[in-house]
Amino acid sequence: MSTIQTIAGENEQHPDVALVERARAGDVSAYDTLVRKYDRQVFRIAQHITQNREDAEDVMQDAFLKAYEKLEQFQGNSKFYTWLVRIAVNESLMRLRKRRTGKMVSIDEDVETDEGSVPRDLADWSPDPEQNYNQSELAEILRKTIQGLPQGFRIVFVLRDVEGLSTEETAETLGLSIPAVKSRLLRARLQLRERLSRYFRRKKGDEK
Amino acid sequence: MTCSEFIALLDDLIDDSVSPEIRADLQNHLQGCEHCEVTLNTTRKTIEIYRSHEIYDLPSNLRERLHAAIMARCKKGC
Ligand SMILES: [Zn+2]
Repeated sequence: MSTIQTIAGENEQHPDVALVERARAGDVSAYDTLVRKYDRQVFRIAQHITQNREDAEDVMQDAFLKAYEKLEQFQGNSKFYTWLVRIAVNESLMRLRKRRTGKMVSIDEDVETDEGSVPRDLADWSPDPEQNYNQSELAEILRKTIQGLPQGFRIVFVLRDVEGLSTEETAETLGLSIPAVKSRLLRARLQLRERLSRYFRRKKGDEK
Repeated sequence: MTCSEFIALLDDLIDDSVSPEIRADLQNHLQGCEHCEVTLNTTRKTIEIYRSHEIYDLPSNLRERLHAAIMARCKKGC
């Protein structure tokens, strides 16, 4: 139940700014609104990075609690959403490190691979490849395929193409240079394309 | 333009961040190269399919449970 009307249009201010202001002033319901607005995205990012449901649940809670604690530090010059995504990515990586103790988890390491850089599977896809699978089969194919990507490619693809961050925001969030984000994005897209082709390529029979 | 040069600019083409001159070069290459045309179309489709399908759904009961846990801690001042 909000009592304060958010004034839109004033300097084209993003509606999140007012919510953050109210939350900082102690209005928990304003923070509630922010959580509901972005919880699906945070959960999705956490799943993509940890690849584990329970970890993603923990990350989601920890990320929103940490963001609440650090709300004072939030600078209005970046978007609340990208600030939150950065916290979620860091929490996810921390969770991974805990789980795989001793094993380094890094998104910085560049993965040397030629896979996808020269497209090999050049068959076109059937006009509506999704039609050949039901929703849960399709979700399983998409999950399996993206899980097979190297971590550093996967995160870039998810932030940039699935969550809609810009190249600059993705670079800032991951602490990567813009050229590094660009080269990973291209390879991520090409590798996913190559792998999905196994499922979606036009079959001999339906060429018409 | 070679196929490798085309592929190197694939993202810029998809993200619509190429100059008109380069775009014309790319279009020119596409006209005579079925391989690159297929690669372009299926890469676009790849992005679109990941954007439009929720592969990690957050069921509403789980969502409510997590939400309640977060807000309970926030109210206590974390
Ligand atoms: Zn070509």
